[in-house]
Amino acid sequence: MTTTTPGRPHPMQSELDGPTRVGLYRTMVLIRTFEEAIRRDYYADKGPGFDIGKGLVPGEMHLAAGQEPVAAGVCAHLTADDAVTATHRPHHFAIAHGMDLTAMAAEIFGRETGLGHGRGGHMHLFDPSTHFSCSGIIAEGYPPALGQAFAFRHQGTDRVVVAVTGEGAANQGAFHESLNLAALWKLPVVFVVEDNEWGISVPRSASTSVHSNATRGVSYGIPAERIRDNDVEAVHLAASQAVARARAGEGPTLLEVHTLRLWGHFEGDAQGYRGDLDDVPARDPIPTYRTTLSAAGLLDDATAQQISDEASARVEDAVTFAKESPLPDPADAGAYVFA
Amino acid sequence: MTIIEQPVDTAPQSSHRLTTSKAMVEGIEIEMARDPSVIYLGEDVGAYGGIFSSTAGLLDRFGPERVLDTPISETAFIGLGIGAAVEGMRPVVELMFADFMGVCLDQIYNHMAKIHYESGGNVRVPMVLTTAVGGGYSDGAQHSQCLWGTFAHLPGMKVVVPSNPYDAKGLMIAAIRDDNPVVYMFHKGVMGLPWMVKNARATADVPEGEYTVPIGEAKVVRPGSDVTVVTLSLSVHHTLDVAETLAADGIDVEVIDLRSLVPLDRETILRSVGKTGHLVVVDEDYQSFGLSGEIAATITDVDPGMLRAPVARVANPDTPIPYSHPLEYAILPRQDRIEAAIRRTVSR
Ligand SMILES: Cc1ncc(C[n+]2csc(CCOP(=O)(O)OP(=O)(O)O)c2C)c(N)n1
Ligand SMILES: [Mg+2]
Repeated sequence: MTTTTPGRPHPMQSELDGPTRVGLYRTMVLIRTFEEAIRRDYYADKGPGFDIGKGLVPGEMHLAAGQEPVAAGVCAHLTADDAVTATHRPHHFAIAHGMDLTAMAAEIFGRETGLGHGRGGHMHLFDPSTHFSCSGIIAEGYPPALGQAFAFRHQGTDRVVVAVTGEGAANQGAFHESLNLAALWKLPVVFVVEDNEWGISVPRSASTSVHSNATRGVSYGIPAERIRDNDVEAVHLAASQAVARARAGEGPTLLEVHTLRLWGHFEGDAQGYRGDLDDVPARDPIPTYRTTLSAAGLLDDATAQQISDEASARVEDAVTFAKESPLPDPADAGAYVFA
Repeated sequence: MTIIEQPVDTAPQSSHRLTTSKAMVEGIEIEMARDPSVIYLGEDVGAYGGIFSSTAGLLDRFGPERVLDTPISETAFIGLGIGAAVEGMRPVVELMFADFMGVCLDQIYNHMAKIHYESGGNVRVPMVLTTAVGGGYSDGAQHSQCLWGTFAHLPGMKVVVPSNPYDAKGLMIAAIRDDNPVVYMFHKGVMGLPWMVKNARATADVPEGEYTVPIGEAKVVRPGSDVTVVTLSLSVHHTLDVAETLAADGIDVEVIDLRSLVPLDRETILRSVGKTGHLVVVDEDYQSFGLSGEIAATITDVDPGMLRAPVARVANPDTPIPYSHPLEYAILPRQDRIEAAIRRTVSR
């Protein structure tokens, strides 16, 4: 079901200009390149067998491959002054919102040079310079987003906040409380629901009573839209209206994007519960978009290669920086509990 | 209201080797087969079999009417468990990580735990809340906490914390049969999971068939004469490692596995410290305002003169659990810190 904003017909994809479209592709490739590098180093030294606590990158690792269109399409409308609150699966939004890759990688590698000096880890990336935060507790990024939006308005700015959850998290109380309060106080928030069809092993159909979380947005008085097919340009266009509404003081919007979890819930997830696995590779949004752009005469092979080479260089620089950085001193484990 | 169950050590005939997680599942399975009012609900407990294998195989055996995957709505499904229990069912409800108590605590401590009292004993809530605890694998500050001190602090729910396969099964059966809400906290590091650091004591002989471990009875898992270490969960394993090391140096360590926090078996602690005169408490939870202080008070409330040295506490030094491995290992009560504390205590 698609619930569109009244009076706002869904614009055609062709409204985007060439550089914007290639820019979206570039962001998606950068994200994927980062996720692939983390995945490589995550598995590099978990053995013998697989010990989750071992290696350069220990712990749970939720990667966002397949969900690049959501972050790229939404964050294209933000500046570093706008805020993003993300989830346990945060890398794509962090990168699309312009987080420094070296400090991000160093945090994921648990280094002193990381964003949180190794205290946080991949689910706890906090970057004041891009007003980015995330949480490992699902839906709990929504309430603080309201406060950031409140502060931005109170300070007389037109800055906005993007708050992200998965479709699974939309069944959490914090989600519903936040929608109501944001609508009531007309806060400058864009709520994004990434519907990748799964909450770990539970399919959306077994967790959610409505076909679209756009319905839930509307029920709280929030203009809402469900975007199909993991289409980065559709996300871009819907987000441009949502961000403009928020900046203009017209209140929140909810965008649900039907996206794809290309890999497991976390690394090491065998996904035995997942019946759609065979179809997954063909749904990868990056080759699909590349084909679209090349058919439109916007992306030849040489340019595509250049984009992926640039992404690899940036990511490998960041990862090398991380690996060469010192680990935190155990004697300082108690630092930063209080200001 | 039963406080302590009758020990049903009916010495079942044969035994088999199980991991802690499999022993836990076997306990649930026995009760589900015996009592149709027992159901299991939570996130990823069906096809996935529980993120920490707490329900592996249950869906196949009992079907989706009794093994239910829920939406990620802890307030709703824990509350549902309470309501079902009030109406005579015996639900086992899983909170995937104890850390997630934050989103559903009201149902737990204001409802599950208080209804019996507020109703003047007229309404019972015979449910089990299972939950995974503990760190040591870099899962960060929101997925590594123990928090048993918090649950135990709040009145009206029993709290059990098995450290090994035998207790996991026996405490599960006892918890399901108990007429009170019981919080059953399993440490990921004792479950014997193939994808975590190997733990030799996480696989052991477990009797077939039904038996219970009485709720409220601690166990002396290693008798000794020089110093008492009171501990629980994964820290029992670390302490036993240290006790072996110290035995070579002539230090004879008595190790008590609490197994239950509510009710707390103060007798066993007092008896042991009365003998050794030295007490070390090892607790993976936060140090201040928690379990370790409660154990110390168990002695000082009765007779501080029992202690020949100050009580030593090895706990989390009131720090959120860091992600980075060297930081995490610095704050967890691991063998190095436990050994140093025992040596310090016995030398005084
Ligand atoms: C309150 C809470 N309950 C449960 C979890 C465990 N958990 C982590 S991610 C997840 C699934 C989330 O699904 P969804 O919101 O769709 O996000 P996705 O993983 O698909 O990106 C669950 C159940 C959690 N982190 N927080
Ligand atoms: Mg999802």
